[in-house]
Amino acid sequence: MAHAISSSTPSTVAPADLAIPLREIAPWLVLGALFAMSVVVLISSVQGAITIPAGTAIHEWVHDGRHLLGFPCH
Amino acid sequence: MTTRTFLVHGLLAGLLAGVAAFVVAYTVGEPQVDRAIALESAGATADHHHEDDVTTSGAASHSHSHDDAAISRTTQSTLGLATGTLAIGIVLGGLTGLLSAVGLGRLGSLRPAASTALVALLGAVSFSVVPFLKYPATPPAVGSGETIDSRTALWFGFVAVSVLGVLAAVAVARRAAHRWSGVPGIVAGAAAYVVVVAVAALFFPEVDELGGFPASVLWDFRISSLLTLLAMWAVIGAVLTVLVDRTWRRQEAAAAQRAFAATL
Ligand SMILES: [Zn+2]
Repeated sequence: MAHAISSSTPSTVAPADLAIPLREIAPWLVLGALFAMSVVVLISSVQGAITIPAGTAIHEWVHDGRHLLGFPCH
Repeated sequence: MTTRTFLVHGLLAGLLAGVAAFVVAYTVGEPQVDRAIALESAGATADHHHEDDVTTSGAASHSHSHDDAAISRTTQSTLGLATGTLAIGIVLGGLTGLLSAVGLGRLGSLRPAASTALVALLGAVSFSVVPFLKYPATPPAVGSGETIDSRTALWFGFVAVSVLGVLAAVAVARRAAHRWSGVPGIVAGAAAYVVVVAVAALFFPEVDELGGFPASVLWDFRISSLLTLLAMWAVIGAVLTVLVDRTWRRQEAAAAQRAFAATL
């Protein structure tokens, strides 16, 4: 049983061996972070620090969500 | 397990989290929003205001102007609220999924389920709970339209410090754990984060625009807001952890089977 660990299987490997190379995650993470930030800004501050030219329609539409999710509104 | 696994699981967890947040926000939060707006309409807080229709004007028009968009309260509290919670839920869920992919195998000896749960916990603390302690949610009728720009900037600034602080704290914890062991690592990381946000909280200016807003309504509103955020993060963490764990167990089982077959 001492050699039960087959070299090619992830079974009972150390957690560190599961790590996904950062090279592979980085592009997803960059896009994901930028997309997340755009959505948060769109939801949180159409009226405010950053004004989207389309008036206040989005601002009004997600108004209650902004208050209850803790974003500054008024 | 690949990046894709984590992203897909995160998006799914986020969708469910958005639904959960909507349910909590609608049942617990909306009554408080309505109370605040009723107070506002009654003129209880004369210098703050919230316009819900186009009739407001004059001295009160320094806040919202609704000239082109008169969205009814019913829509705001249902479809509008759902749009907000779903969008934020999916985005936070997806991002938590991706960060869990980064955390996989990099957070000490934690297994996939545990490292994923830890990433979700750190996300909840750094993105929602700690910023809430410094700049708690405010109901309609609180806050001046003249300061919304600066308050928005402060809020984003503090969230940025908090999130970057937790990332730095994780780096500190890993380094310390590598040098000594797990427990000192965790202590060092936690201390680093607390120091960063405590210093930031001291330096970031206070916002106090409550005026004469009734404390009981404010309290109820803030509790409901916090519950909404916690519901969102709890579902993100729980669903993502369960899905990641399931994938990992399947992978392990398949690998064990292959290993067994190889011995035959
Ligand atoms: Zn508002």
